[in-house]
Amino acid sequence: MGRNFSAAALVLFAPLVGAENQINMSPGVTEIGVSIFELHMLIMWICVAIGVLVFGAMFYSIYAHRKSKGHQASQFHESTKVEVAWTVVPFLILIAMAFPATSTLLDVYDNDDSELDILITGYQWKWKYEYLDASGETVSFFSNLATSQEEIYNTREKGENYLLEVDEPLVIPTHTKVRFLITANDVIHSWWVPEIAVKRDAIPGFINEAWTRVPQEGIYRGQCTELCGAYHGFMPVEVHAVSRDEFDRWMAAKRGVAAAQNALAMQTLSVDELMDQGQRVYAAACLACHGAGGEGGVGKAIAGSPIVLGDIATHMAVVANGVPGSAMQAFGAQLSAVEMAAVLTYQRNAFGNNTGDVVQPGDVTGTKNG
Amino acid sequence: MGDHHHGPAKGISRWLFTTNHKDIGTMYLWFSFAMFLLGGFFAMVIRAELFQPGMQLIEPGFFNQMTTLHGLIMVFGAIMPSFVGLANWLIPMMIGAPDMALPRMNNWSFWILPPAFLMLASTLFMEGGAPAFGWTFYAPLSTTYAAPSVTFFIFAIHILGVSSIMGSINIIATVMNMRAPGMTYMKMPLFVWTWLITAFLLVAVMPVLAGAVTMMLMDIHFGTSFFSAAGGGDPVLFQHIFWFFGHPEVYIIILPAFGVVSQIIPAFSRKPLFGYASMVYATASIAFLSFIVWAHHMYTVGMPVAGELFFMYATMLIAVPTGVKVFNWITTMWRGALSFETPMLFCIGFLVLFTLGGFTGLMLSIAPADFQYHDTYFVVAHFHYVMVAGAVFSMTAAIYYWLPKWCGRMYNESMGKTHFWISFIGFNITFFPQHFVGLAGMPRRIPDYALQFADFNMMSSIGAFIYGASQLLFLFNVIATIVAGKRVSEEKVWDGAEGLEWTVATPAPYHTFEEPPAVPRPAGTI
Repeated sequence: MGRNFSAAALVLFAPLVGAENQINMSPGVTEIGVSIFELHMLIMWICVAIGVLVFGAMFYSIYAHRKSKGHQASQFHESTKVEVAWTVVPFLILIAMAFPATSTLLDVYDNDDSELDILITGYQWKWKYEYLDASGETVSFFSNLATSQEEIYNTREKGENYLLEVDEPLVIPTHTKVRFLITANDVIHSWWVPEIAVKRDAIPGFINEAWTRVPQEGIYRGQCTELCGAYHGFMPVEVHAVSRDEFDRWMAAKRGVAAAQNALAMQTLSVDELMDQGQRVYAAACLACHGAGGEGGVGKAIAGSPIVLGDIATHMAVVANGVPGSAMQAFGAQLSAVEMAAVLTYQRNAFGNNTGDVVQPGDVTGTKNG
Repeated sequence: MGDHHHGPAKGISRWLFTTNHKDIGTMYLWFSFAMFLLGGFFAMVIRAELFQPGMQLIEPGFFNQMTTLHGLIMVFGAIMPSFVGLANWLIPMMIGAPDMALPRMNNWSFWILPPAFLMLASTLFMEGGAPAFGWTFYAPLSTTYAAPSVTFFIFAIHILGVSSIMGSINIIATVMNMRAPGMTYMKMPLFVWTWLITAFLLVAVMPVLAGAVTMMLMDIHFGTSFFSAAGGGDPVLFQHIFWFFGHPEVYIIILPAFGVVSQIIPAFSRKPLFGYASMVYATASIAFLSFIVWAHHMYTVGMPVAGELFFMYATMLIAVPTGVKVFNWITTMWRGALSFETPMLFCIGFLVLFTLGGFTGLMLSIAPADFQYHDTYFVVAHFHYVMVAGAVFSMTAAIYYWLPKWCGRMYNESMGKTHFWISFIGFNITFFPQHFVGLAGMPRRIPDYALQFADFNMMSSIGAFIYGASQLLFLFNVIATIVAGKRVSEEKVWDGAEGLEWTVATPAPYHTFEEPPAVPRPAGTI
């Protein structure tokens, strides 16, 4: 319900939001966001006040003490009193600023007593979310840019959430202390959602912590904020904050899908099923580098590729393990057995690669690393 | 004995083999201006792509090459060498020395620069393209995930580091040993003081940068894991080392700019610099603090909270000596007899815009707020206010101010003023809206952006084209002055100018102060 409502509100007000040019930081929806915003405004106004005084004096001098008006230069060049004053007074102002800054910082760092832990892993160029669960039933999925290449390359009109939309958003419950454990798989990324005031670097080999408690249902969007390679600008974050009930329903559905996937992995799938799912996996995982028509780009062409047309085991090894020293990542840990089988089948039969080969999930389980 | 006057050699050998501080200064200045145009051209490419949402002109990977080379060339190729050129021209003339202390090394420290930058620029044509990891080249994007050209980049950084260290040693040796009798430290012009302190910063931190790139080289080619957690290293270690160099580096850029402003404002206020001694102490304090604040560039890497607090407090402290400087400049103007020739206009532009950059710097120092500002266009706006409106404006002021002394010809004043106003307006149209998009959530270093940022980005791009074009007017004015400017012959080109460089003939002869001058003036009247 709440989610529908906020979605409707978003559609209604979007033209207004789009039309107005935001010029200031948003306080966002969280307590920390509000206290950061207040800190930001406080310091900005202090700076404005100092600026008015300093520039006021300067412009008065420019106006009144001109040679062209015949003003004679006085020759004073020292005043210990004044110099001590303008060293000590700014120092005191800084001390006054340090108190609220320190207390807000301590709040930002208070990662204790979380009710839900989510592991966020940055990949070139997508995010992986894993809901850590003591029972061991971890739900995990990748979140890719949903904006089409046609929009990016201006052949189709850009949607309202251009570059800020994903195929599968992170879903979190409201009124819950959610702790994010943030890391990366390749290079350094940074996970930022301004409206919930969380920004933390995702560093390969290390895990950072951050937290939020979102009081309001809604969709909150953000982006990667650490240069992470060619498609750094194309790995957004989309967070859906929903009621606890809706979150539980969503989680149950996710578990169901995972179970179904596991069941599928035991079965033999039809070529159509594989091609259908393969196309979706291709669009999410391969298309950015290998092109919508398999024509290549950052990566090599899939159409007519000797690897794709050659031995299935070699093809699978390249997709699963990547090509060291190139932009080709290891997808073994990123794709389920079904997805791996589907995308291999798709690549071997799409774009004029009519090999007729079918790869089944059962063929993958043995080779898949991780 | 001192009658051994000889002019410069003829032809290209004059420039190749010269040990004359004025020739070398001139070469540094022209070289840095060429780099300024090249880096500026890259900036124009960046702004053209960002003119509208969507990818129009270039690919995302090439966009990253442009931002990387723009940053590297502006910092290491344009701003730093320009101030070294200024130091070469002015320090001997300001302290009454016949030349730099180590003239042959001086030649060498210039001549290794052009090959280094040629090599850096040539990476654009290499397989895999130029470095595309930002001028801060964070590992592992710059090691495991970099194009093969990174090795050439590392070599280029090493060479220009060597050049900077040699240049700094030369400046330190000159200032310490070659001051005219009576030119005590506390009588030196502020430009000399700021450069002396800058030179110590350079000698201290350039080897750190060399260490960082050497560790990268080892990680890339020799199997070490300094910056890879998989081998027991740490990617964040790179950032600590880089910013231990990088933060002093920003003061290396801005301190000589402070020196220039401290020379020019008194001249056009016709009044001695206010608080000479406190200016020297403030410069030294800023230099000291610059070594203990580096991690404020890294608030989001997950440091312990005690570390964050330390770096936040230390960073906030920098506002105190910086404030002292701004107050001193304004008090120097107070009750002076002001006139507004082009150098003074650029200094006032510096004063206003640098102070704005200082304010945003103070905001950025507040760690919790930085969680929202970090790596957004707010940061881009901040550092362009201090680097462009700070360093570049003051450098421009310096050229207009000393050019008549150097070449004995006066620049065209109305063209100079036009240059100032177009620059000032263009600069602000470019960078002021970037505060807004940054606060509204636009990350930096992205080739394409969400639709709500479109209007301000278009404005920014228009401003950038205006600012860029105004630099061509500057180039034209300088060349026109050298070739056909109105001749000036009085020693003091500006009636309010003070200092030994204004006591020699105009244009400054090839050799000056072969006999040490008398230094009569008391302290504080520079």
